[in-house]
Amino acid sequence: MSHEILLTQLLYGSAGLLFFLLGAWSFISHEPLWRKLIALNIMGAGVFHVLVAVAYRGLDTPPDPVPHALVLTGIVVAVSATALALAFGRRLDREEPEQTSDIQGVDDREDGTHA
Amino acid sequence: MSSSNPQTLLIPLLLAAIGALLFWAFWSGLTGHEGERLAALALERVPESGASNPVTSVLLNFRAYDTLLELAVLLAALLGIWSLGPAAAPYQRASLLLDSLVGWVVPMLIIAGGYLLWIGGQAPGGAFQAGALLGAAGVTLALSGRPNAGLPGEPWLRVLAALGTLVFALVGLTLMGWGLGFLTYPPALAKWLILTIETGATLSIGATLAAAFLGGRPRTTRPAEP
Repeated sequence: MSHEILLTQLLYGSAGLLFFLLGAWSFISHEPLWRKLIALNIMGAGVFHVLVAVAYRGLDTPPDPVPHALVLTGIVVAVSATALALAFGRRLDREEPEQTSDIQGVDDREDGTHA
Repeated sequence: MSSSNPQTLLIPLLLAAIGALLFWAFWSGLTGHEGERLAALALERVPESGASNPVTSVLLNFRAYDTLLELAVLLAALLGIWSLGPAAAPYQRASLLLDSLVGWVVPMLIIAGGYLLWIGGQAPGGAFQAGALLGAAGVTLALSGRPNAGLPGEPWLRVLAALGTLVFALVGLTLMGWGLGFLTYPPALAKWLILTIETGATLSIGATLAAAFLGGRPRTTRPAEP
């Protein structure tokens, strides 16, 4: 039984590590701000994945509550940090619209309502 | 990025090395541990924490300090967003079909949020999940063309956004005044104190997420279209 638990943890945890590495690769190698932001979020998802895998202790036992609590608050904090970063991106768009063509597309609501 | 760069080879190699290191750390964290783990310690004390759901016990009792600071992070993020400029222009008002769907979905989200808040004491649920649902209700309203996502005007919105941190800190300080230590709940009152904090936190998280989605300081509210 404990062998099965370890296998499950390894499977899910390794997937989380893979997410983290893919996100880190994308973060380093892509220029546009919004792509970096998505990459950061994928890295974060990988970290949450690893923490949830660590907390798993079999189907019959309750999971370790400490990593679960960390992930729970972490998700909400990550969402709000992403919103803050997007607000920074919009502000950059507004400040220098022609020089920062890379980050255009962070928000397309700037010029009036959607069609 | 240029493809003929040595970086294109170097970055994956470095990341593979980091990945191997992380995997080794993960592996030794899973297997190379003897003795008592934190989970056993936490689960053992759950009955005296005021909530029978272990995750809620950890969030609002054992690690309450951490959760308080996380609510403060949410508040700080919203203040940052507000200081960067006005909210984006609202979406166009949705058509009749979507609009009536929104009329169904939003009350459901609010009811589900209230349920999750209450059930969080005994089963999976709690302030963060309930707050996320309230935030989702706000996002739905914003996407269907309500310029302020169903949020109140700025003075009340400020109160709502700060409520979670405020209630949390006030409870902590009051307990300190009674000589119990910051956020050390007396077992008899723990359940109600946790529920009070969670209610404030839920409203705060929901309002903060919805306001963050608007992307800036609320515009002066125009009278809503009928």
